[in-house]
Amino acid sequence: MPDTVTFKIKRQDSESSSSYWETFTIPYVPNSNVISCLMDIQANPINAKGEEVTPVVWESNCLEEVCGACTMVINGKVHQSCSALVDQLEKPIKLEPMSKFPVVRDLAVDRTRMFSALKKVQAWVNADGYHDLGPGDRLPQKHQETAYKLSECMTCGCCVEACPQYSSSNNFLGAAAISQSRLFNMHPTAKNMASERLDTLMQEGGIADCGNAQNCVEACPKSIPLTESIAEMGRQVSDKLWHNIFKA
Amino acid sequence: MSKQRVIVIGGGLAGLAATMKMAELGMSVLVVSFLPVKRSHSVCAQGGINGAVNIKGEGDSPDIHFYDTVKGGDFLAHQPLCKDMCHHAPYVINLMDRLGVTFNRTPEGNLDFRRFGGTLYHRTAFAGATTGQQLLYALDEQVRHYEVQGLVEKMEAHEYLGAVLNDDGRCVGAVIHNLRSGEIKAEKGDAVILATGGPGLVYGRSTNSMVCTGTAVTSAYLQGAKYGNGEFIQIHPSAIPGRDKLRLMSESARGEGGRVWVPKKAGDTRKPKEIPEAERFYFLEERYPLFGNLVPRDVGAREIYDICVNDKLGVNGEMKVYLDLTHHTREFLDHRLGGILEIYEKFTGVDPREEPMEIFPAVHYSMGGIWTDYTRTDEGLIDHQSPQNQMTSITGLYAAGEADYQYHGGNRLGANSLLSCIYTGLMMSPGVLNYVKNVTQAAEDVPETVYTASVKKWQESYTNINSMNGNENPYALHREMAEEMISNVLIVRENEKLKSTLDKINEFESRWKNVKCVDTTDWSNPVPSFINQLWNMIQLSKIITKGALLRDEFRGSHYKPEFDLNQPSDFRPETYLEFEKQKETGNIQEDAFAPEHLAYMERFSENNIKWLKTTIATYQNGGPDISYEAVDTSLIAPRPRKYD
Repeated sequence: MPDTVTFKIKRQDSESSSSYWETFTIPYVPNSNVISCLMDIQANPINAKGEEVTPVVWESNCLEEVCGACTMVINGKVHQSCSALVDQLEKPIKLEPMSKFPVVRDLAVDRTRMFSALKKVQAWVNADGYHDLGPGDRLPQKHQETAYKLSECMTCGCCVEACPQYSSSNNFLGAAAISQSRLFNMHPTAKNMASERLDTLMQEGGIADCGNAQNCVEACPKSIPLTESIAEMGRQVSDKLWHNIFKA
Repeated sequence: MSKQRVIVIGGGLAGLAATMKMAELGMSVLVVSFLPVKRSHSVCAQGGINGAVNIKGEGDSPDIHFYDTVKGGDFLAHQPLCKDMCHHAPYVINLMDRLGVTFNRTPEGNLDFRRFGGTLYHRTAFAGATTGQQLLYALDEQVRHYEVQGLVEKMEAHEYLGAVLNDDGRCVGAVIHNLRSGEIKAEKGDAVILATGGPGLVYGRSTNSMVCTGTAVTSAYLQGAKYGNGEFIQIHPSAIPGRDKLRLMSESARGEGGRVWVPKKAGDTRKPKEIPEAERFYFLEERYPLFGNLVPRDVGAREIYDICVNDKLGVNGEMKVYLDLTHHTREFLDHRLGGILEIYEKFTGVDPREEPMEIFPAVHYSMGGIWTDYTRTDEGLIDHQSPQNQMTSITGLYAAGEADYQYHGGNRLGANSLLSCIYTGLMMSPGVLNYVKNVTQAAEDVPETVYTASVKKWQESYTNINSMNGNENPYALHREMAEEMISNVLIVRENEKLKSTLDKINEFESRWKNVKCVDTTDWSNPVPSFINQLWNMIQLSKIITKGALLRDEFRGSHYKPEFDLNQPSDFRPETYLEFEKQKETGNIQEDAFAPEHLAYMERFSENNIKWLKTTIATYQNGGPDISYEAVDTSLIAPRPRKYD
């Protein structure tokens, strides 16, 4: 069993400053994950050169892979840092912020763009009100199984980090938002807005921007069938295009 | 009157339910949240949400749900609120279904329900094993829709520091800290709702998320608001050990048939699957034939403590027991419990579909919280138009969700928390708006000096924090404080230990003054914020510990063996109702009861007269002053609890 673990962490003091690497070597403790090690650094912020530095900044909340906050690039792969177990990682462990979003500080990034995409695809049910209108529709178990899987998306950003098309120089919606449009287009009442969602997917930054690299589905920590969602929405979009042509 | 708005602090289930309801009623709402609201702690709730829909034809009803809730809480919950909540529960579930929550279904396509602790009915609707996440997402989506329409504004990566009070002591806004720029400024609001969740981080590692420091409610307490039932902290029987966090293993694992056991032989080193059936001790099933593995959480946690500490039968001699699902097929487990089994496998490397899980009790939920008010009707329900509903003892400052204290008494039933959060957010909204419409002076018209004075106070406080240059690391000090709380203010409580913990907390408070602000940069710096939170956690640990020290009884999660009333094993709770009836008529037929039953009932009755009260903590002279208040128990007569 090793005595210590070494972390190489890509740090950045502010949005506009340049990044630098800093190394930390901390005592090895069994059953550690990346977050528990970042916490150890916080409680004793001394780098490998023995210098007292500011604790590393990262974003986290649930620590059980359901909130999506603590996503970062670990040894070159995007993942939640809470479920990244030290014993399973190659050493030294390299931590970097996600590259597709503006860095706030160190490992914390600003994923506003993903939440804006949810607005664009109108990822909600248009409710008549929150008073008592009785139960919703009865639905087959099969429907629930498909919808539940899609609904587990925590807007963590793994899919778009891994996507070669998604970049700061374009406005691609990304796999997560496309998959959410599928979820709402299959809901018994939210599908009343299906056509409007397809309009969004037909615009610049929509489904045509997908290059079919299929990295998204590999990267998704919840195994959401993202490529299946993209294919399904591609089909709905082309159906609508054909419909528009014949209508015209 | 000028344009008015309400500020909601916290974007979990309670905060977002209130936000969407008030927006529906036409009110502008500002939501302030530490993180993007979609990442709030509500996502951690796994098993489900309770509502007596009676889909299985078992004869379940809202009144039985009400009874189970009040009994589960050892009669310390406020009954009109519980009754109103349970009667609205089927509506809440139907609403969430309409809003797109992907609840599991029966073969006919109805919502499916499963069993949970503290009840004998299938009353818990669920979406796989991530029900809290799914409910939160549905509310998040509704609120995002209102955001697009301009009725809701969000300030994420912002933290609430305190309420702005006008000269009459009325809340007219909030002081907000921008966690990126570090700027501290005031936001005007005609009412402020604290929906900021629980205080698990007071115990360091718990099942709670990193934002659950209890800072916001403690800030209200430091500003003069009353705090209720602080000592009632729920210990969940089943969690997965971890260095950074104790991850929850949902009660739904037992709701779906999971069995808890230990080897009969102490120190048995065999692997669990090598231990034959006859050499396993299913201690919950044996001791509680009626409720079995689904006893309420306070009972479950105590039994695990007893079997591990007193009987020394814990797995490998440690504080751990087996939770076994291996008798089910993989398909069944993946369909109904998928999410939580994946989590267990990810963090332990063991497949719970093949091997029994190793679980242990962990801090999970605070039944206590900031004191809030309500207005009851003659029928024992709630007048939903009353501005008093959910108002703290500071006028215009409200609280909802785990941040409040009234719904769960001495012990919360599983799957009642998601219900209480959403119900409260929806229920309180009309009353909050009635309050806002009738304020004598809208926040817009309150003199600017009121806000600048509050902001100045907080800016000075943060300047002081930034200049702290002692020799204590704040994070290390937090770990030490948490260890003390875990060691002495957990499942079993003893007055000597509680006394010494209170002394220790005072030492931590002195040592806090010697903390070093280990990061003094001015951009996205979490350290000053944490130092402020740590101060508040120290204050909150005093509320919990002092409340526990002074409450000399055993009720719900608050277990003091010294004051156990020792219920005779053959006693039935109905006997007590008969005893009370006879007492009322002034004519107790002593020979109608067994002598040890009579003696027990007299002890029970005296104890209730003394202790069936809400603990109230008010901030005075640097610490909590403890007093007691009556609880409305007019609808269901208090009686001894029994689950076997």
